[in-house]
Amino acid sequence: MTTATTGAVGTAHTRVEGRDKVTGAARYAGEIPFAGLVHGWLVLSTVARGRILSVETGPVLGMPGVLTVLHHGNAPRLDTDYVGMLGVPPDPTAAVFQNDRVPHAGWPVALVVAETPEQAREAAEALVVTYEREPHDIELFAGRPDAYAADGHMPAVTEKGDLEAELAACAHVVDVEYTTPEEHHAMMEPHAATALWDGGRLEVVDSNQGATWVADELARMFSLDASAVRVRSEHIGGGFGSKGLRAHQVSAVMAATALQRPVRVVLTRRQMFSLTGYRSPTVQRVRLGAGPDGRLRALEHRSLNQTSTVWEFVEPSAGVARVMYDADAHRTSNEVVRLDVPSPTWMRGPGEAPGSFALEAAFDELAERCGIDPVELRLRNDPERGPVSGLPFAGRNLAACFREGARRFGWADRDPRPGTRREGRWLLGTGTAAASFPSGALPSTAAVTAEADGTYTVRIAAADIGTGARTALTLVAADALRVAPDRVRVRIGDSDFGPAGIAGGSMGTRSWAWAVTAAAEELRGRLVPGGAVPPEGITVRSDTTAALGALAQKERHSFGAQFAEVAVDVATGEVRVRRMLGVFAAGRIVNPLTARGQLVGGMTWGISMALHEEAVRDRAFGGLYGADLAGYHVATHADVPTVEADWVDDPDPDDPVGIKGIGEVGIVGAAAAVANAVWHATGVRHRNLPIRPDRVLRAGGTGV
Amino acid sequence: MREFDYRRADDVSGAVALLDADPDARYLGGGTNLVDLMKSGVERPARLVDVRALPLDRIEPAGDGGLRVGATVTNSDLAAHPVIRRDYPALAQAVLAGASGQLRNMATVGGNLLQRTRCGYFTDVTKPCNKRVPGSGCPAVEGEHHNHAVLGASGHCVAVHPSDMGVALTAFDAVVSYETADGPGQSPLADFYLPVGDTPHRETVLPPGALITHVTLPPAPVAARSRYRKVRERASYAFAIGSVAAALDVGGGVVRESRLAFGAVASRPWRARAAERVLNGAPATAEYFAAAADAELAAARPLPDNGYKVTLMRNLVVAVLSELAEEAAR
Amino acid sequence: MAPPTSSSVTLNINGEKHPLSVDHRTTLLDALRERLDLTGTKKGCDQGQCGACTVLVDGRRTVSCLQLAVASDGREITTVEGLADGDRLHPVQQAFLDLDGFQCGYCTPGQICSAVAVIEEHAAGWPSAVTGDVRPEAGPPPLTPEEIRERMSGNLCRCSAYVQIVEAVARAAAEHRGETERAVA
Repeated sequence: MTTATTGAVGTAHTRVEGRDKVTGAARYAGEIPFAGLVHGWLVLSTVARGRILSVETGPVLGMPGVLTVLHHGNAPRLDTDYVGMLGVPPDPTAAVFQNDRVPHAGWPVALVVAETPEQAREAAEALVVTYEREPHDIELFAGRPDAYAADGHMPAVTEKGDLEAELAACAHVVDVEYTTPEEHHAMMEPHAATALWDGGRLEVVDSNQGATWVADELARMFSLDASAVRVRSEHIGGGFGSKGLRAHQVSAVMAATALQRPVRVVLTRRQMFSLTGYRSPTVQRVRLGAGPDGRLRALEHRSLNQTSTVWEFVEPSAGVARVMYDADAHRTSNEVVRLDVPSPTWMRGPGEAPGSFALEAAFDELAERCGIDPVELRLRNDPERGPVSGLPFAGRNLAACFREGARRFGWADRDPRPGTRREGRWLLGTGTAAASFPSGALPSTAAVTAEADGTYTVRIAAADIGTGARTALTLVAADALRVAPDRVRVRIGDSDFGPAGIAGGSMGTRSWAWAVTAAAEELRGRLVPGGAVPPEGITVRSDTTAALGALAQKERHSFGAQFAEVAVDVATGEVRVRRMLGVFAAGRIVNPLTARGQLVGGMTWGISMALHEEAVRDRAFGGLYGADLAGYHVATHADVPTVEADWVDDPDPDDPVGIKGIGEVGIVGAAAAVANAVWHATGVRHRNLPIRPDRVLRAGGTGV
Repeated sequence: MREFDYRRADDVSGAVALLDADPDARYLGGGTNLVDLMKSGVERPARLVDVRALPLDRIEPAGDGGLRVGATVTNSDLAAHPVIRRDYPALAQAVLAGASGQLRNMATVGGNLLQRTRCGYFTDVTKPCNKRVPGSGCPAVEGEHHNHAVLGASGHCVAVHPSDMGVALTAFDAVVSYETADGPGQSPLADFYLPVGDTPHRETVLPPGALITHVTLPPAPVAARSRYRKVRERASYAFAIGSVAAALDVGGGVVRESRLAFGAVASRPWRARAAERVLNGAPATAEYFAAAADAELAAARPLPDNGYKVTLMRNLVVAVLSELAEEAAR
Repeated sequence: MAPPTSSSVTLNINGEKHPLSVDHRTTLLDALRERLDLTGTKKGCDQGQCGACTVLVDGRRTVSCLQLAVASDGREITTVEGLADGDRLHPVQQAFLDLDGFQCGYCTPGQICSAVAVIEEHAAGWPSAVTGDVRPEAGPPPLTPEEIRERMSGNLCRCSAYVQIVEAVARAAAEHRGETERAVA
């Protein structure tokens, strides 16, 4: 046994499962073979609101290969009266076939199961469902009388000072409304699950962001003992907040129970657009008031989002203002309105992504009014303590990010006047914005085993949705054990490994690394140098619940400074991002190779959000228009230029590894930086995303 | 997708015989549009006749100095062909601006011309659509239509033709040849697509069961200086919101000959003859280019959310013709 | 008698012949994944809108979700599983691995198959939509990052590893050129 200190954390390592991914050997949820496997195909409602009158199963049951049709008339009743691991009740969209109500277009009304996928698809298409149609309401707009303030995972409203009085006394005031559209996760791997009963235990092979989370939800929903459910999720083709408990797992479990055969349900790309959550559109109003020196005296950030009639989800866009900027009068509020639409959910940078677009674009407008450089304006308004909480920051190295970013981007050479740079048909401009995202951790358990052959095995119900968590935990464990990373094998994605936090909220790697470090360090203490390890190995388990509970109350966040350069052809409306730079203060970076990818990926989401992404909800029918990847545009290769991400030293002193979290901060502020650059190029403020060619054409700009 | 019969044809007459003018049968080329439409339930053929193995995959000189392009030539091969790139560069550019490398490898010239609109109401069988179900209505007029037609549409249908290739072919006076059980026929591409009127479900002049065999490009020296510009909502792999195929022959600062066609503005690739009439003989200046665009776009009847296309097309025409004129002056 | 709705075909995949009876509705993608246990080829959209299912058919990149299995009879199909030479990764695979040209890995087999073809297409002198002058006398365009981006745009990556993918394709293309030059020398 070697005891060399390796210092693996902080050095670049290719992904431990990388070879499997580049050779096609890595198997995702819909790719594990089972003997006797049959295929389920969901049938979704074609009306946006109403009641199911009939499900005509007869003709379909006679079609080749069809085994059963599940619907509200024959499905088992589920328990939905519980609060799950994440502190929220289940979205009834996942608890399929419980009644005849249809609360939105694309609501699951039946599952057809057949021997082959082709047979299941044809039978699902042939299934006749009749409805009693009711008028629907899907219109989100500011000032809806039925909007109400809602908490979600933070208080709905925060307020201090006399906003109107301060605004009235300010030399410079910005009062603007911003909107962001409905946006979809659109991860490349569709949701897929195979359910089967094996020796009295329910086994689900799934694609999710937390195996114990989904196992816990399934156990509660089907009233099973927790030990009777095992969920595995080895490789996950992206999640971004969408891969929790959804209709596919629940309907697969129902069918596997009814048929006593393994049942696989894979969502189609189109079905994903109504069944797997999305980021709600937002309408945000920002009012900023500043003195002649640019120091804020008044800040108001109000956000309105939609949710479904069956589940309340708050997109807390105003929350970002509670962290970023202080003012004598400071008011933030998050409101929702219930519409006949699918339930929204967490999507990369929930709250912060749309909220930072509004707040950071408004800051750019304030900089213009004040005649102060946008970077300087942010530096002048960098608070010492949490503006709302009054708590100290566990590191707020935003100023360092801006200084380093401005230097590398060449910001000092910028002419602040808009519409002054032209290159052929393109107007050029640059923009900046600040970024932040909370750093959190969820209680997790881990087991680390010293094997007789001198290697180590880590077991934790972590999920690697592309974050590089498997590799990061390998490095963390290696350092804690003081061995080389190639001596450590990390096994994840199995609920039998015990409770662990989810891959979400930028908390995954931090939560799991904490648990792995605790178990590994204790194990190292137990091992006698040169001593023999028994054949079954020596295992130490950890549980971080108590340690997290004892953590000092602080404002813990990752921060960043975003810079973008764009080219705009105002004659055609085309906008191209030419380069982007993000400099982040995001805790200790475990693996620079994968961290860079994750931050650049987040920034690229910002480009996509600024210029492309928009799901269009059809007024007449209540569903989406063009619900596929040709209708819902995400950035392609050609849309993404040189994007650089780097970081400043910023370890969290209270975290055993120093981690803060990098999954989401990359998207925050990125769309605002692009929009601010479009203003700088054209002199026109685009306050409604995405900045589509038709909108640019209508708005015009310098040179038209 | 319902079950279907599949036949592979070895020769043109065999293919036509296998299809047998059966309204429930379809020719299968690259499948890039048809197979997708079958998955979404828009197309439910009982029989597919695979024509990919037919000897129609050549690009050959036509007798008069033009080119004869076989119907199963793939988009990739068309765009890579040296003579196309030299004599009709806008055609190569148009093809390359469409879809993706993978799709261009599969898609064929014949299939490209017969592809269906990507209107989101047409492709969603849960919605009404006069093109898919005659008489069911057109939700786009009152609904989502920011990428719908501004020229030649009717209250019955405002969908646009999605082809890029077809825009350049239309500009260059391509002629479509086809085979039927009753013998061959042909149609200039400019007359190939039927007016929308109140029959948007009837799209082309092809008789029932006809198989496109080739597309002929007449000699067009003007095409040697030509360009295709496409505007879309992301930089690649998206359908146009407006496009222009243009060719210009300038001598002594005056337009001697011009070709102009628009994409994504009508139910068919739109040959801009009114614009060409203004251009021919006029000074090659931005002022006249704009006047030419205006002459064509005077017929535009935009809906509430697609009026930007009139501005876009005007600007595109001026930009592309100006580039070509500058090139000619060099 | 009703016409047949299935056929016997032989799928020639990665140099191996697979006789198979297929429902005519079965796509090449589903035949690979559901019938032959070749799950390296991914289903992202099943509509030709994402590129995750890209394979090489007769040497050309193809979205296998829009290709019927019955129409693939007798054609040479190469999937991601057929690229490596035993334990030795294909240079494109190695570059993706070394430069972290992926995150979740789901679009990766399609990106890699596409990149292999992009390098060949470029070597064959094919222009692209960003090639300034498509006329043959202009000569083949250099494979700049802009050219790589345009040519790879049929492969979406929602994790957005685009920057690293372009770096990987550029490295593999440079290696490919080097090898070709050595072979010519």
